[in-house]
Amino acid sequence: MSTDADTDAVPSPDGTSDLIKTEYQLGQDNLTPKIGPFGLDIHNPVFLVSGLTIFAFVIVTLAFQSSVGPIFDAIRVWLTSNLDWFFLSAANIFVILCLVLIVTPLGSVRLGGRDAKPDYGYIGWFSMLFAAGMGIGLMFFGVSEPISHYTSAVGGVTLEDGVRTDWAPLGGALEDPEAARKLGMAATIFHWGLHPWAIYAIVALALALFSYNKGLPLTMRSIFYPIFGERVWGWPGHVIDTLAVFATLFGLATSLGYGAQQANAGLDFVFGISMSGNTQVILIIAITAVALYSVMRGLDGGVKVLSEINMGLAALLLVFVLLAGQTVAILTDFVSNLGAYAESIIPLSMPFQREDANFSQGWTAFYWAWWISWSPFVGMFIARVSRGRTVREFVICVLLIPSIVSVLWMTVFGGVAIDLINKAGMTQIADADLPLKLFEMLKGLPLTEITSVVGIVLVIVFFVTSSDSGSLVIDTITAGGKTNAPVSQRVFWCTFEGLVAIALLLGGGLGALQAMAVSTGFPFTIVLLLACFAIVKGLMSEPR
Amino acid sequence: MYNRIMVPVDLGHTPGLEKALATAANLAKTFNCPVCYVGVTTETPSSEAHNPAEFASKLDSFAKDQAAKYGHEAMAKSYVGHDVSIELNQLILKAAVELGADLIIMASHVPTFLEHIWPASHGGNIASHASASVFVVR
Repeated sequence: MSTDADTDAVPSPDGTSDLIKTEYQLGQDNLTPKIGPFGLDIHNPVFLVSGLTIFAFVIVTLAFQSSVGPIFDAIRVWLTSNLDWFFLSAANIFVILCLVLIVTPLGSVRLGGRDAKPDYGYIGWFSMLFAAGMGIGLMFFGVSEPISHYTSAVGGVTLEDGVRTDWAPLGGALEDPEAARKLGMAATIFHWGLHPWAIYAIVALALALFSYNKGLPLTMRSIFYPIFGERVWGWPGHVIDTLAVFATLFGLATSLGYGAQQANAGLDFVFGISMSGNTQVILIIAITAVALYSVMRGLDGGVKVLSEINMGLAALLLVFVLLAGQTVAILTDFVSNLGAYAESIIPLSMPFQREDANFSQGWTAFYWAWWISWSPFVGMFIARVSRGRTVREFVICVLLIPSIVSVLWMTVFGGVAIDLINKAGMTQIADADLPLKLFEMLKGLPLTEITSVVGIVLVIVFFVTSSDSGSLVIDTITAGGKTNAPVSQRVFWCTFEGLVAIALLLGGGLGALQAMAVSTGFPFTIVLLLACFAIVKGLMSEPR
Repeated sequence: MYNRIMVPVDLGHTPGLEKALATAANLAKTFNCPVCYVGVTTETPSSEAHNPAEFASKLDSFAKDQAAKYGHEAMAKSYVGHDVSIELNQLILKAAVELGADLIIMASHVPTFLEHIWPASHGGNIASHASASVFVVR
């Protein structure tokens, strides 16, 4: 009797960890029907309930668009206007907890057991982190958001009947372009820096800890085990998992629908391919087809490879814009923007007594709800690829380094755009529609034809990398935490997402369901706050 | 004729493997060669184990039980995949090469009509790509 051990075999024990003793057997609630050649392994009832709920929401939205649309919008606006303090406070707690984990001994716990080895090298890991959760946002908002905040800041404060009607962050910077630029960049970086990444890090850390170290299924409900105990395997858990599927699928499908419109706008701008429903449906089909190919190639052969290609292209574009712009000035700005961010982060993150309600509710609270609604998807995906890292390394790499990359990205794209507007008089960048701002900015730099094509490719492939990783996440949740469910299930979810996007694009309702998806940020904020408690409790019982 | 027999094992469905396991044991005794039981697991908790180390230990016990039951030399080797649904066949083929197996014995189901259009059998896939002999047991 012998057990061989070499590089490819499972390493001998991954070291001590504190497994949770539960009588629940992963997959015990699963159904395994066979439909033709396709075997299934689906959680009962999460798969069916989430699939049918999503289907019902799409039908109701399409059929009663004029009445449900305003309701979904009103829910979203009510949440971000009245509970802005809640979103802002919660996000602050997430950042603080992450920073505490870096400096305390809890940071030395290793995900996967004391002797676990990291699954992925830094490049593959970072590429997947960015490509899943933020890449597409950086493409669209990298130029537009700094301009928006700069413009509103330089416009200063305007009052009507004693109420502020401007959208400037904090007190604005009336007719002081330099101060407005600093404030605009700080506000943008605030929305793309520590806070969003802390939101992702909390979900990812909780899932990774309870899955790799505690031995619970890789699914949202597991985070609640320290609070609900065995009841988490019943209806409370079903509701949490179904909500996660709902938020992820609608978040992805509505973004895909809007993304197709935006990609079409880019194609129109660069190649003169006119805006039409047909073109956008073709784009959705193409994006879904590539995402399908990617999920069928698997995590390493598809998702990781595409993420690396995309991050390589994004890095090239970043370096090009940096070199084509005023390189030294941009690099100096990078340092001063970091300083401006550090200076403004406390006033910008104050949850109470804000005078800039339009900004703090319309921008910040909306962003926090949005990031939080995406967090089950991105967090779970990050957890899937982060085994073997210590908590400290994990938090530094998921919180600090991506935040610095976001600062660099915003400094380069936003800074160059503001310079082109102020110094070269290219006001068309500010006037252009959101999806076109990047391309208008690239027009102010050399090699526009090439960089615009790279921009369109990046936009499309970032959608693919969100779609494929999202399909894997939904597949895992609806299989009760199994990551080895039959391939036909991930194919189903990826296709379903594309079909929902097409239905909403053609029938209307993208905005309504996106508002609904963002509204799930509220219940998930509660989930994340409980996750903070679960993380601390879970880490304290781990061997360090 | 054969120096090492390899049997891929799904620890979650061992009752369905009985015929293949008995076939492997009989051939091992006939050719006086060891049987290596190979398992592929996920890094995340699965139906079979909480983590890869526990899976390896369960596979080890499984091999010991087979050795005790049939009286042949047995060994176990576990592989871990990042995405097992996709990498399973690839890892089994890799295991066969690394272990120097010259006969792979696999349990498989009888293909349905639709499976001629959409092949879903791991046994068929392994038989198409392995350099070792493959014995697919229905």
